Amino acid sequence: MARLLFFGRLGDIAGGRTRDMTVTGDVATLSILIEAIAAEDEALGAALKDKSVRYAVNEALVAGDTAVTDCDEIAFLPPVSGG
Amino acid sequence: MIRVASEPFDPAGELKAYERSCETAGAVVSFLGKVRSGSKGGAVTALELEHYPGVTEKTMAKIVTEATARWAIDEPLIIHRVGRLAPGEAIVLVAVGAAHRRDAFEAADYLMDYLKTEAMFWKKEMREDGEAWIEPRESDYNDARRWDGAKDTN
Repeated sequence: MARLLFFGRLGDIAGGRTRDMTVTGDVATLSILIEAIAAEDEALGAALKDKSVRYAVNEALVAGDTAVTDCDEIAFLPPVSGG
Repeated sequence: MIRVASEPFDPAGELKAYERSCETAGAVVSFLGKVRSGSKGGAVTALELEHYPGVTEKTMAKIVTEATARWAIDEPLIIHRVGRLAPGEAIVLVAVGAAHRRDAFEAADYLMDYLKTEAMFWKKEMREDGEAWIEPRESDYNDARRWDGAKDTN
């Protein structure tokens, strides 16, 4: 199972900060994974696709689409606000 | 020294210890960020801060590396709270020791600008009229961009 992490407002929209998801051969990339989430939860899908949201796979920020596997930790990061 | 703290910390005590560690510094500049008691949406009852353990520390370390490459400063001190904070509580303490004040002032200013826009923290204001996630304002991004054009001046 892949571990999904939703930070900030995304955690509220997802109804939880973490979620496990089976990433099968069909869900081979991040964009396909997001579409699969959107198919089940339209509001969360739209929030994840927002331009301001960045993605990290196994703690590394990724630019654009990338391959994902069932062993990955995939984080969805809305704009940060420290300080 | 970078620390993400899940419990309240004593800014005065931390600053004193840092000052003592900067043996050769002729200047120490510090900034303390606190939970404000009110905002546009009314009285603030609490602030909730989230981070991405491991990754947040890495984003903070990167900001520190850039600052130490740019100014002649000692290793800065950054303590940043996470968890639920009450109005008046310390959120962030930044302290920078340097041989001379200008480097310390500028590096502290730089560290705060990038902590607000690059470090992985998310904060939610709990107010009397509800709750709201706080995102950087355009002015925060502009503050951070001030440093883009000034790279060769040091």
